[in-house]
Amino acid sequence: MKTKFLHVHRLRRVYVWELPVRYYHWLNALAIIVLIVTGFFIANPLAILSHQEAANQYTMGWVRLIHFIASYIFFFNFLFRIYWGFVGNKYANWKQFIPTTRKFFKEMWTVFKIDILMMRGKEHISVGHNAMAGFIYFFTFLAFLVQCLTGFGLYASMGTWWLPKLFAFVPAMLGGDILTRSIHHWSMWFFILFAVIHVYLVFYHDYVEGRGEISSMGGGWKFIEEEVFQNEEHHTPNEPKK
Amino acid sequence: MSNELVPMRQPTYYEEVERKGYSRRDFLQFVSMMTAFIGLENSAMGQVATALETQPRLPVIWLHFQECTCCSESFIRSSHPIVADILLDKISLDYTETLMAASGFQAEKCLQDTMTKYKGKYILCVEGSVPMGADGVYCMIGGKTSLQILEEAAENAQAIIAWGSCASNGCVQSARPNPTKATPIHKLVKGKPVIKVPGCPPIGEVMAGVIVHLLTFGRIPELDKLSRPKAFYSKRVHDTCYRRPFYDAGLYVETFDDENARKGYCLYKVGCKGPSTYNACGVMKWNNGTSFPIQSGHPCIGCSEENYWDNGRLYERGSSFAGFGIESNADTVGKVALGVTAAALAGHAVMTNVRKKKLILDLEEEGKQSEHELKS
Repeated sequence: MKTKFLHVHRLRRVYVWELPVRYYHWLNALAIIVLIVTGFFIANPLAILSHQEAANQYTMGWVRLIHFIASYIFFFNFLFRIYWGFVGNKYANWKQFIPTTRKFFKEMWTVFKIDILMMRGKEHISVGHNAMAGFIYFFTFLAFLVQCLTGFGLYASMGTWWLPKLFAFVPAMLGGDILTRSIHHWSMWFFILFAVIHVYLVFYHDYVEGRGEISSMGGGWKFIEEEVFQNEEHHTPNEPKK
Repeated sequence: MSNELVPMRQPTYYEEVERKGYSRRDFLQFVSMMTAFIGLENSAMGQVATALETQPRLPVIWLHFQECTCCSESFIRSSHPIVADILLDKISLDYTETLMAASGFQAEKCLQDTMTKYKGKYILCVEGSVPMGADGVYCMIGGKTSLQILEEAAENAQAIIAWGSCASNGCVQSARPNPTKATPIHKLVKGKPVIKVPGCPPIGEVMAGVIVHLLTFGRIPELDKLSRPKAFYSKRVHDTCYRRPFYDAGLYVETFDDENARKGYCLYKVGCKGPSTYNACGVMKWNNGTSFPIQSGHPCIGCSEENYWDNGRLYERGSSFAGFGIESNADTVGKVALGVTAAALAGHAVMTNVRKKKLILDLEEEGKQSEHELKS
């Protein structure tokens, strides 16, 4: 081949995303897609022409039912992920998302310079989430919370179960269903924008790092250079306790 | 004693009914109607009748601030004549600017007399919002600001009813930019429950229902989280709408002149606010139970909901997005944001190949090298 010196890395297989995290991720993705599609339909139903009597069809009813089922899946999945933030491995820990150290902010700044502004400098190594990603995920959790609060708040007056009824305070606090519904609709756009950027960045990291970013959410593996192990390089935004 | 404007002993409701020439049958019809309206069982009819026969009528002070009097108009069109005849005639005896016989100093004396004589016993009904801007000069009666009158009257009231959207939510006067700083009364009255009866106007029977409930049980009716009587405001207009089957079936009016409108399909897509509006229109209807907006082919405008003037347009479901111009709603802004994001990502992708070229080529060559080393 070429005469130029080429360093061939020795890679080690690292189990980054545990099975529950992967289940959470894909269930969440599926629920969000279903919720967005059915949500758009509920907000502005298609002009479906029909010669059937109203009694013989239940189009909006089914779409709403699917929306409500998906919202329950989304809600409990979200609760599970919060739980897993305390018992999962270090890449799933809550400290990956909420900045508690200066190191976290320093790494965010590095990611901003190297990956967003494309400035020259030393490439940083993130085995799990990088600090910027972790912090953005923290905002997605807040968005999840907003959607659960407003969504179940709107559902509270229809539901018979005690759980959605707990959320009846939300429209009462906001002053009514009209504003609650608007917030629910506006926040949905955050999910769409997030999904687009998220998928792009997965491809970006896979492309420039070659550590198996795309496939990691399938098998859970990432492939990390031997040097990272030997130099004990910093590779998570915040080290969890112990 | 002859100049006494407020009689010492209050007659009972039944005495008033008899004096007005109604028969026992009319009275019992009224009783059964009110029992049903306030959400009681058949068996409670006796209790309601006994209360109206034995309890002296409640003195009522009805104040008018910034409002259009549509609430009073609605009230005098209640479906049973006894509602207006007995409750309203008697109300006007005490104090209400619009309908009382007295005027000037006489009227003001009447108000003072009622407040002192029935201290802690009278019901205070407030129609209209209170202007708080410019020290309250926008609405003054008898030399006093609305706030002064309200505070004075609220102090010794047994119960306070915010009658209509103005008093409950501020309604049109408090819509942006709210030049008079119109304020709903629950924000001004401290330490007392305010029964909100929102609507522009509210349904007349609701007022009568609240008074009958108070008489029968000696306490205010059960209220929801927004202080509205549960009997009338626990269901959305949508839940009791006779066009609901069309909503569930996915059959909607697209424009007001289309075939679907003639077929009486659901008005959801032409902006019906029924799914977010809590009121009893679908059940009690208006003008002696004749009809209600949706029955006449017009979407609900959500008049009993807080801030309905500012929460988007009347003939659209999506609400406009503040600061992005009148035509844009959440979806317009979202689509623009999506376009900007896509453009930014495309730019980033191009820049990645330029700025990180070395890194990418190294990876590629490293991969090729390893591929060559593997024997086939």
